[in-house]
Amino acid sequence: MTVADGVLERTGRLGLDVGKATGIASIALGVLAFWVALPPLHVRSAAVPVVLGVGGILAGIWSWRLGHTRLGWTGMMIALLGLLAGVLATRAAVGNLQVVITWGALTAATLRYATPLVFASIGGLFSERSGVVNIGLEGMMLMGAFFGIYGADQTDSWVAGILIGMAAGAGLALVHALFSIHLRADQIVSGTAINFLALGLTGYLYIDQYGTEGTGDVPAVPDVHLGFLGRIPPDGLGNYLDRAFGQLNLMIWLALATVVLAYIVIFRTTIGLRIRSVGEHPRAADTVGISVYTTRYAAVTVSGALAALGGVYLSIGFVHSFTENMTAGRGFIALAALIFGKWRPFGALGAALLFGFASAVAPRFENVEDWAKYGTLFQTLPYILTLIAVAGVIGRSIPPAAIGRPYVKQ
Amino acid sequence: MSEREIQEPPPPETPEDAQLSMAARFALYQRAGGVITPLLTALLAFLIGGLVVLITTGKNPLSAYRAIFNGTGLNWFFPWIRGTERDLAAQDLQQTLIITTTLILAGIAVAFAFRCGLFNIGGQGQYIAGMITASQVGIWMPDLAHVPHLILAAGAGAAAGAIWGGIAGILKATVGAHEVISTIMLNWTALWVGTYLVGFGGPLQDPAQVFVPVTEEVAPSAKLDVFWGDPIQQGLHIGFFVAVAALVVFWLVLNRTTLGYQVRAVGFNPDAARYSGISVGRNYFLALAISGAFAGLAGGVDILGWLFRVDQTSVQISSQIAFIGIAVALLGRNTAIGILFAALLFGALQNGTSTRNLDPAVFQPELAGNLALIIQGLVILFVGADLLILYLWQARSKLGRRRRRAASPA
Repeated sequence: MTVADGVLERTGRLGLDVGKATGIASIALGVLAFWVALPPLHVRSAAVPVVLGVGGILAGIWSWRLGHTRLGWTGMMIALLGLLAGVLATRAAVGNLQVVITWGALTAATLRYATPLVFASIGGLFSERSGVVNIGLEGMMLMGAFFGIYGADQTDSWVAGILIGMAAGAGLALVHALFSIHLRADQIVSGTAINFLALGLTGYLYIDQYGTEGTGDVPAVPDVHLGFLGRIPPDGLGNYLDRAFGQLNLMIWLALATVVLAYIVIFRTTIGLRIRSVGEHPRAADTVGISVYTTRYAAVTVSGALAALGGVYLSIGFVHSFTENMTAGRGFIALAALIFGKWRPFGALGAALLFGFASAVAPRFENVEDWAKYGTLFQTLPYILTLIAVAGVIGRSIPPAAIGRPYVKQ
Repeated sequence: MSEREIQEPPPPETPEDAQLSMAARFALYQRAGGVITPLLTALLAFLIGGLVVLITTGKNPLSAYRAIFNGTGLNWFFPWIRGTERDLAAQDLQQTLIITTTLILAGIAVAFAFRCGLFNIGGQGQYIAGMITASQVGIWMPDLAHVPHLILAAGAGAAAGAIWGGIAGILKATVGAHEVISTIMLNWTALWVGTYLVGFGGPLQDPAQVFVPVTEEVAPSAKLDVFWGDPIQQGLHIGFFVAVAALVVFWLVLNRTTLGYQVRAVGFNPDAARYSGISVGRNYFLALAISGAFAGLAGGVDILGWLFRVDQTSVQISSQIAFIGIAVALLGRNTAIGILFAALLFGALQNGTSTRNLDPAVFQPELAGNLALIIQGLVILFVGADLLILYLWQARSKLGRRRRRAASPA
C-alpha cells in the first residue's frame, strides 16, 4: 500500500482532490498487481496480486463514488486486468517469465520502438495545436524514411540523410498546408491524399532507383555508448541502466530532447502561444495581429519535418534499409498517441512508450515455445488500452477548439 | 446512367449561418459541379501520373497507359476485339470486376458514415471481422442447403462488421470518443486478433496444413456461384450483383427512409438536428454500424466468392482495400452511382497494374502499382480541393455568395 500512499501524498501536495488521487492509486495498484508476479520479484502466491488487484478495484469504486466517474471506471478496469494478468503470471514458469521479461533489454527495445512514434506525434502536436488536423503523418514519415536513406546513400553522410529526409517530409507537409489552409479542402481528406501520394511516390522512386534488390550498405546514424552507466552502484541498478540506456541510437536521445523542446516551445514561448491561439480562436488571434496563415503554414511544415525524422530513424537508425510502406501504420498510431496524450508533449511521450512497450514485448514471446502464438495476441493490448482510455479518462480531453476548420480572412 | 436521376433531393433546411459540415460541403458541391469535375479531377490525376512516367523512365506514358488499360479487360467492350484476344479480355475483365465488387462495398462503408458526418477509417477491421466470421460459418455447416448457407454466411460477415463498426459508434455516441481514433484502434485490434486466429497454432488454422497460416476452405454449399467465366479459373461470382444491390440499398436507405433522412440531417448539422428532435447519438451509432455491415459484407463476399480461405496475407492486405474504399467514396462523392464508377476505375487500375497483367517490357509492373497509388492520391487531393473550383467558378453567383460567408467560422 506504500505506493498508493505515496501517490496520495504527492497528489495531495499538488492540490488535487482525494477522489482523483484515489483513482490514480487504483490504476497504480492494478499495475503493481501484475508487476509483483514478474521478474525480479517473482511472487509465486496468487494471493498477492489478488489482494493488490481487489484493493485497486475498491479504490476505483471509491474514486467513482467521490465523483470521478471515468477515472474510477478506468482504475477498476485496469485493476481487474492487472489482477487477472498477475494471477496468470504466478502460474507461469519462472524460467519462461525470465526469458520474456528482462527489464534492461525490454526498456531499450521499448525506446527503440517508441522513437518513430515520438517524433511523429510531436510533429502532429505542432500541426494540430495550430488547428490543422494531420492525418498525413504516416505519409510524411514514409517520405522521411525513403529520402533519409536515399540522401544518406547519395551524399554518403547520415547527417545529410537526416536533413534531406526532413526536407522531403516538410515538402509534403507544405502540400497538405496549401490544400488545407489556402484551398480550404477538408483536412482529413487532404491528409488521406497525402498518405496515398507518399506511399506511391516513395514506392515508385524506390523501385526506380534501387529496383527490387534493396538499398545495400548506406551510412547509418551511430549509437551513443555510455559506458559509465554499468559502473553505477549497486550492481543490479548499474546492469539495468547499462542494458537499457548504454547503447541507444543517437536519434532516440534526439527524440527525447524533441519532447522537452516541444514542451518549452509550445507552452513557454511566444511562438507557442501564437500557435495555440491560432488553434483555439483564429479570429481573436487575427484581431491582435497574429497571422493565422503564416503560423499554420509554419506549424504544418515543422510537423512534416518532425514526422519525417521518425521515418529517417526507421530507415537509417533502426533497420538500415528501406522497404515499400515500411512505416506500416505507425503514423496512425502516432496520431493515436497524440490524442491519448491529450495533445501534450509528455502525454504523447507516455502513450508512445506504451505502444513501444507492447511492440517490444510481443516478439519475446517467440522465445518460449508454448507462448509463441500469443505474441500476436499481446500486440492488441495497447490498442485495447487506448480504447478503454478513450472511453474513460480521455473521453473528456478537449482538442484545440478550431481544429479542422479552415480560416477565412475578413 | 444519368447523374441527374440519382442526384440528391433537396437537402433538409439547415440554418445558413452554421459552420458547414463535411457532409454539407459535399452536398453543396454535388449541386454545383455535377459530373464534370470528378471527370476533370481524374483526368488531371492521370495527366500528372503520365508526367511522372515520362520524367522518370523516359517512356511514352500513352503506351504505358494503353498497356495498363489492356490489362483491365475493359477492351472487352470494344466490338472489334475478336477471337483469343476477346477471351483474354473477358478473363481480365472478370478479375477487374471481382476487385470492383469489393471496392463498391468498401466505398459504401466509407460513404454511409460520411453522410452522417463521420469518417469511417475502420473499414479494415470491419472487413477482417467479416472475412473471418463468414469463413467460419461457411466451414461449420457443410450439410446446409446452398442458398440458406450463402445467406447465413454472408449475413454473418455483415453482422460481424456491424458489431465492429458499432463499437466505435457506441463510443462516439456515449462518451464522444473521436471515431477516427477508435476505428484505427479497432483496425489494429482486428489485424492482430485475425493474425493470431489464422496463424500458426491459432484456433482457426487448418489442422491439415500445420505449416501454412490459413483457415480451412469454406464448404461448397457456401461458395458464391460463378456466372461469367470458368469457376476453376476464378470467374466472376454473383457477389458482383450483391454489391450492385448494396448500392441500391444504400441509395434507398439514405434517400427514401426516415433513418436516412436523420442520418443526413445529423451529417449536415448535428446541432440543428438535435434541436429538431433527432437523437444524434443514436444516428452516430447506427451510421457506423451500418457502415461496418457493408465493410463486413465486403469481407464475406471476398471469402465466399473467390478467396474461400482466410490467410494471413489477406488479413494484412485488408488495409489496402479499406483505404482504396476511402478514395472510392471521395471520388464518387458519396453517391451510389458515383461509387459504382469510382470503384470500377480503381478496380481497373488495380487489376491493370498487377504483375500478372502488365508486360514488364512495356512498363514495369512494380512501378505501375505505385503509379496507381500516386494517381489515387492525386484524385483524392483534387477532390478535396474542389471547393477551390467552386469558389473560382461561382464566386459571384448567389449560391457562392451565401455559402462562402457561411464557410467562415463564426
